[in-house]
Amino acid sequence: MNVSPAPPPAPATIPPSGTAAPSWEDLVTHALLGTDRRPSGYGTADRPAPLALLDAAAVATVRRRAGLRPAPAARRPEPAPGDPRPALPAAAARRLALLLADRSGGTGGGRRGSAPDLTELLPQWLAAANAHGYAAPSHTLPALLDAARGRTDLRPAALAFAGPRALWLARLNPDWRFALRAAPGGGTALPGPEDGEAVRRLWQEGLFAERVALLGALRGRTPALTRDLLLSTWSTERAEDRLMFLDSLRAGLSGADEPFLEQALGDRSRNVRATAAELLAALPDSALAARMAVRAAACVALDRTGNSPAIVVEPPPECDSGMERDGVVVTPPTGRGERSWWLGQLVEAAPLGTWSRRLGGRTVPEIVALPVADGWQGELHAAWCRAAVRQKDPVWSRALLGSPSAPEAGGPGAVSLAERAKLLAALEPAERAAWVAGFIAAHGLSEAFQLLGSCAVPWAAPLGRAVVDALNIARDAGSYPWSFSGVMGLAERCLDPAETARLEALLAIPDEREDAAPGAGGYWAEAFQRLVTTLRLRAEMTAELTPAPPRPDAPPRPDASPRPVAPPRPGDQSRPGDQPPEAAG
Amino acid sequence: MTEQGVRWTADQVLSLAPDAASRKAGGKLGTAGPWSGAGSGEGAVWGLCKGSGSKPYQTVVDLAGGAGPACKCSCPSRKFPCKHALGLLLLWAGGDGSVPEPEQPPDWAEQWLGGRRRRAESEQAPASADTASGGADPEAARRRAERRAERVTAGATELEQRLADLLRGGLAGAEQAGYGLWDETAARMVDAQASGLAARVRELGAIPASGPGWPARLLEECALLHLLDQGWLRRADLPEALVVTVRSRLGLSATPESPPVRDRWLVLAQYDTADPKLTTRRIWVHGAESGGTRLLLSYGAAGRAPELALPVGLALDAELSAHPGAAQFRSALGERFAPPAPADFRPPGVTTAEAAARYGDALRDDPWLESVPVTLGRVTPVPDGDGWQLADADADSALPLSRAARSRPGLWRLVAVSGGAPVTVFGEHGHRGFTPLTAWPVAPGEAVPLC
Repeated sequence: MNVSPAPPPAPATIPPSGTAAPSWEDLVTHALLGTDRRPSGYGTADRPAPLALLDAAAVATVRRRAGLRPAPAARRPEPAPGDPRPALPAAAARRLALLLADRSGGTGGGRRGSAPDLTELLPQWLAAANAHGYAAPSHTLPALLDAARGRTDLRPAALAFAGPRALWLARLNPDWRFALRAAPGGGTALPGPEDGEAVRRLWQEGLFAERVALLGALRGRTPALTRDLLLSTWSTERAEDRLMFLDSLRAGLSGADEPFLEQALGDRSRNVRATAAELLAALPDSALAARMAVRAAACVALDRTGNSPAIVVEPPPECDSGMERDGVVVTPPTGRGERSWWLGQLVEAAPLGTWSRRLGGRTVPEIVALPVADGWQGELHAAWCRAAVRQKDPVWSRALLGSPSAPEAGGPGAVSLAERAKLLAALEPAERAAWVAGFIAAHGLSEAFQLLGSCAVPWAAPLGRAVVDALNIARDAGSYPWSFSGVMGLAERCLDPAETARLEALLAIPDEREDAAPGAGGYWAEAFQRLVTTLRLRAEMTAELTPAPPRPDAPPRPDASPRPVAPPRPGDQSRPGDQPPEAAG
Repeated sequence: MTEQGVRWTADQVLSLAPDAASRKAGGKLGTAGPWSGAGSGEGAVWGLCKGSGSKPYQTVVDLAGGAGPACKCSCPSRKFPCKHALGLLLLWAGGDGSVPEPEQPPDWAEQWLGGRRRRAESEQAPASADTASGGADPEAARRRAERRAERVTAGATELEQRLADLLRGGLAGAEQAGYGLWDETAARMVDAQASGLAARVRELGAIPASGPGWPARLLEECALLHLLDQGWLRRADLPEALVVTVRSRLGLSATPESPPVRDRWLVLAQYDTADPKLTTRRIWVHGAESGGTRLLLSYGAAGRAPELALPVGLALDAELSAHPGAAQFRSALGERFAPPAPADFRPPGVTTAEAAARYGDALRDDPWLESVPVTLGRVTPVPDGDGWQLADADADSALPLSRAARSRPGLWRLVAVSGGAPVTVFGEHGHRGFTPLTAWPVAPGEAVPLC
């Protein structure tokens, strides 16, 4: 222990033995070896040696303890930076304590009963709190950091909410080092673009993470400076680093980046070349996109010889060095033909605007509706899907998705469910929700999970109604609710709390029918009960986070307010994707 | 008891939970969903909780009772409080209108509450009569005490012999002997009705496995045990106050004799220590008027939480009676006049130098004392090599944190609350260092439990 013993203490109630006190080390040595083995000066005629040794040790022990004095202070840490954000309302702080307390228990397994799963609400709570810009109560920071450590999906929101003090804390505890990696610049301040000298020095001498952070920070404001920095050291960077730096150009990609990317197409590393090609292909006006358009157009043509026009496909006969330089991967994965593999890559990288011109000025829906000869439809449409996702083209996405109620939308068609979910991302939230609602109305819930996951939270009213109706139908069909546990879980998190009223009717346990699974009615009632409880809880969470109107004479505690069943204002419910501005830059 | 109690915070409710599983389960039930017929009034909260069966559980919590919050639930759980009681209190603490108040308790709740309160009243009344009957046969009581003293003397003498044997052969032998040697000796001390000696002996067994420096620690503890033996064997020569301390250290039960002190007692900290047979709950309280810091103990059988539970940060209007002994902090909770309510005061703080001196002074009256309760006024947690210390904001001196405190999650809550700035910290300071138990931020704010 780091406490210095004081000079001989004032006599305590135990008087020190008369003679000069033996040293503590001496006492320990004698005790360790035993008084029989090591005859000592302890002991007198009427006090045997062991007891005399214990007498002396007792005096020494109490003397040492009584004489303990404070140690000199070690170097104090820098105080944590201030957090200017407003404090969390009291009710919201209590809610956070509950959500974080629940986390530690882990999922106990077994049936979930009718109680809500608080762990799943933490991401939503964090997003909402961040949208309001509240500061985290300081004593919750360790639990927040632990939560972020255990769940990478929570990290961005948890760290943004935890704020600057959490980074200060993370520097003191190796368990939380991840927070420093995630934070821009490892938590240190980055120089602004106006400080050219500091920027250049950090770029030349900084650690890899600092340099990536610097690129990210400068990219938004001064893209040209970013490119200059990259060019200044490009030839000396390691291949992995070049790849990461190149990747940082993805944000805010523009035509101005083309010369640099074009140059990177000749890079020594294959991965760097591929990434450069991918970035160039995302620029519809780039020279690479034009080259790809020419190559792709050469493979796809309109055949007017038949009764009705159709698309004929003639995949490229070889992969020449030019294609390879433009990022086409030569060797296909096992089980795929070389030529169709090359075709897929060409069509994917070609600007979608090419096709209308190439195919007789048809509109996009007309193009997608055209028959494709010789069984090439799957390959061609899949490549168009990838292109629509990559180029974020809503018109093509809409056309490729087709009608949600079309029979092939539910089964294995040219476009898989995973591709559909990606295509949906290019549509406006309302259109996306409407499409998924139509899909669920036509095909039920069994295939809907992935699609629902791509919809904005809270679900738009038509989508919510479609899901509730489909759940109701599933119940009446007599299956058990856990066949739909994925959708149920999503509904708990994503359904608009305003739907609660519509759900009340489903809480009753229906009479058991002959053909229904035994006991299913009770389980459904329980599952709906949990859904309703969770929705109420979310409404409460949202209400708690809403800043109380300033009442000079009353404490800001929305205590007596009735249960908030009314829908929250749209602005209150933030989407998980919405990143709040970093509190301290 | 019609006074409308102030609602607790969720943290305070969760601090009642006997274990992590209950916290989690209670947290899930802290929503309006499963509850019906909930209400609050007359110092109690009640509600019906829908469980897995057809009949809902009847849960009622008495906040105003004499021995802390008590609860009754028709569920079969043996945990106390059960998850339904925790969930109900959380719902009530949430204050969103799901638990209206004030209301009249329904019959099933009233029945239990009424019975409980009548019992509490009738217990108080005959308490005085009981002491009178205890004194009815002073001769028998004296003979019983004498017989017990003889046994303890025999035990202490035997223990002295064993310690002498140990020192003769050397402590090095204790490392090989392991727990067996000590367990047997401890059992002998239990036979001798000296539970204090038995507990100390049992702890000796763990020291040889406690890492580097164990011989010195073992010698310290052996020497203090020897000192206690000697204190008992020569009690005729000791001052009266010291004899009382020796008796209490030996585990010779003493009843609180001092007159009860009524005060507003701020709950500073509550924590449990468990061994295979017994869970011991320690609750530190601080008197607003008297200024004293007192310790309340409550016990639970293995695996069950002790019944007394007081959330940190609340103040309790109650009477406390101190146990005899100069350096005794232990007190018994007497009559309680109101349910615990949020407090607006903090204990006054001292510097690290004063805290160290306080422990030194306390050893004068009780050389066996491990630590004293201290509130440090303005200190900053500072990393110091592998460990941590609490450094005075206004002086170049610091107290190291104890080894136990370093590995607890509470350390990080303390550091987070501080953020490098001074905080007020309550804890136990002794020869092992300072163990922080509760912290208050400099700015006005609620107490943050660290244990």
